[in-house]
Amino acid sequence: MGNLVIDDLSMRFDLPNGGSVQALENVSLELAKGELLAVLGPSGCGKTTLLNIVAGFLAPTGGQVTLNGNQVTGPGAERGMVFQQGALFEWMSVRRNISFGPDMAGKPQSETTPVVENLLRTVGLQDFGDKMIYELSGGMQQRVALARCLANDPDVILMDEPLGALDALTREKMQGLVLKLWKETGKTIILITHSVEEALLLGERLLVMAPRPGRIHKEYRLPFAEMGVGRDLRLVKKEPEFAERREEILSMIWDMEEEIMGRQEESA
Amino acid sequence: MIVFLLYAAIFALAYVAYRAWQRSRRHIHDFDSLKTVTFGDESAVSPNRFASVVSIIALFGIWGAFTGSVITPLHVPGPFVGDTSFTYTARNAAGETDQAVAHLRVYRVGEDVDLPEVPVEPNGFADDDAIKIGAWRSALARPNENDVGGKEDGYSLVAIDGQPIAPGETVRFSDGEITMTNKGSLSIKPDKGWQMEPIWLPAPEAVLGRLGEIASEGYKNFSLWEHLGSSLGRVLVGFVIGSIVGIPLGYAMGLSDWFRGWFDPIVEFMRPVPPLALIPLIIIWFGIGEEGKVILLFLAALWIMTIAARAGVSGVRISKVHAAYSLGASKWQILRHVIVPNSLPEIFTGARVAMGVCWGTVVAAELVAADRGAGMMIVNASKFQLTDIVILGIILIGIIGYGIDILMRMAERWLVPWKGRG
Repeated sequence: MGNLVIDDLSMRFDLPNGGSVQALENVSLELAKGELLAVLGPSGCGKTTLLNIVAGFLAPTGGQVTLNGNQVTGPGAERGMVFQQGALFEWMSVRRNISFGPDMAGKPQSETTPVVENLLRTVGLQDFGDKMIYELSGGMQQRVALARCLANDPDVILMDEPLGALDALTREKMQGLVLKLWKETGKTIILITHSVEEALLLGERLLVMAPRPGRIHKEYRLPFAEMGVGRDLRLVKKEPEFAERREEILSMIWDMEEEIMGRQEESA
Repeated sequence: MIVFLLYAAIFALAYVAYRAWQRSRRHIHDFDSLKTVTFGDESAVSPNRFASVVSIIALFGIWGAFTGSVITPLHVPGPFVGDTSFTYTARNAAGETDQAVAHLRVYRVGEDVDLPEVPVEPNGFADDDAIKIGAWRSALARPNENDVGGKEDGYSLVAIDGQPIAPGETVRFSDGEITMTNKGSLSIKPDKGWQMEPIWLPAPEAVLGRLGEIASEGYKNFSLWEHLGSSLGRVLVGFVIGSIVGIPLGYAMGLSDWFRGWFDPIVEFMRPVPPLALIPLIIIWFGIGEEGKVILLFLAALWIMTIAARAGVSGVRISKVHAAYSLGASKWQILRHVIVPNSLPEIFTGARVAMGVCWGTVVAAELVAADRGAGMMIVNASKFQLTDIVILGIILIGIIGYGIDILMRMAERWLVPWKGRG
């Protein structure tokens, strides 16, 4: 149980001018419980569309997503989501943001309070529980977003470039936190990112997607996430294999971008 | 014009004096004072409180100086008041000339004064005259009427204080001007000075005195507090009903395409119609009573609140809604815990605008027809030239409008502290 099956997913948008865009074509994937999948690809490769279908915000035009044998038809508490920014409720304190999921489910305070306190400690915000969201820095806000998602105890956590808006140093710290939370909670995680380095560091599995139509280009199994748990991530980056993989994937994406540019020039 | 130049001079002088005083003082090195670029840097421009105080003092100072008020030690010259006289020279039909004195008494309008006493002048055919004139006014006089033979043809006035005069001409005497009309009468205008007559602009203390008088005795069957209170009451009732209807309507328009499509033409059409333009129709339909006024204010607030609520809903970030759904919230919970709080800043902005518009509208509606209210008070007073009440009313209307805005802003800071920081 706890496995996520993405079966032959296709997504086609009709355009107002009569044409259509194939955002995803025949994407199939299976995730076992506790796996961390990083999804990488140039803009327009459909990675956000894929995440939105798994989250239940979009209905695919072909194929289906099942979690623990149940077909996904809409958003649900078993699939938690962490957004890039601005998805926290700034009219609530940090504590109330984190307890939002349990509160909506009608769980009693006595049950929720220890969970929230525990999570505040886990993400390093034990002194900030009563602060308002707008009083926190960007990195702290993303810590709250992670804690809010975990408080709901979902089976799968979907992350849509959660660290994309952070500065380099904060980002590195947060990458360590994501690894730590993954290992401690054993959650299945899908992480979308623009950064090749981040995908390599965090992805136990790495999916490189290609654009037009959006499809899976290549899949990797990587040792770095396991390596990085509880260690300085900079040491991981110094591994010769890490540099090798980074070069490989960078040139792969580089080629895709070149191809897109070429095609655009042709049509123009 | 003189007033404007004086005001500009005070502005410039105060600025120069303030700069000089600043330079002589030790500098505080706070962040703003260390900025070298302030021209064009909006954040470096905050109101200079010293300038605000001088500005208010200058306004009252000019007001006092031009009305002869007790609050200012210096006044511009006032109108001539008191006794004066001029000598006129008359020529009778026989060609002889004689002189007589016209005694003038210039008094403040409203005071009860007697005609000046005229000494008996035994010789000559022209006799002395007594004339009284109100300050700032003029008087038409025929000093020859009591002269011997003064009504005969060929009898005419030829000079004032030795200065020759003919019909249509103007000469000065010691305390004013005299113009001879075409028919030979004298139009006497004592000097008016630069001060304003109280029926144009009463002195500040006169306005304050009226405040005391109306506050204790009331005006036109209602006390001052009833006038102001009924205006405020109408605004509050209209605004509250407008919000009760408008906010849910705005939410519906923000959440449903059918509601949006249905009400968009109505809202977009009614929004640019000034509420004042509805007054005649409201009077035709509902009369001049309370009902019509509340409906007018309801309409004034309704569209503003609807649009504010609609904008508040439209402004919610989709990621917040998605996040709430992913955390297991129901539609109702999302409305209650995400959409409503997210729209509060917009609604408060709308409420501030709506209260301002309602306050302006109620005064205007009362100007047109009402038995009580701030607007009724000033329009009624203006009909009786009770300028002090008019000015008092305008000041009170301004203070209340400003007070409403300050209260709304305080409520906003207290209730939606996250505004603009999302």
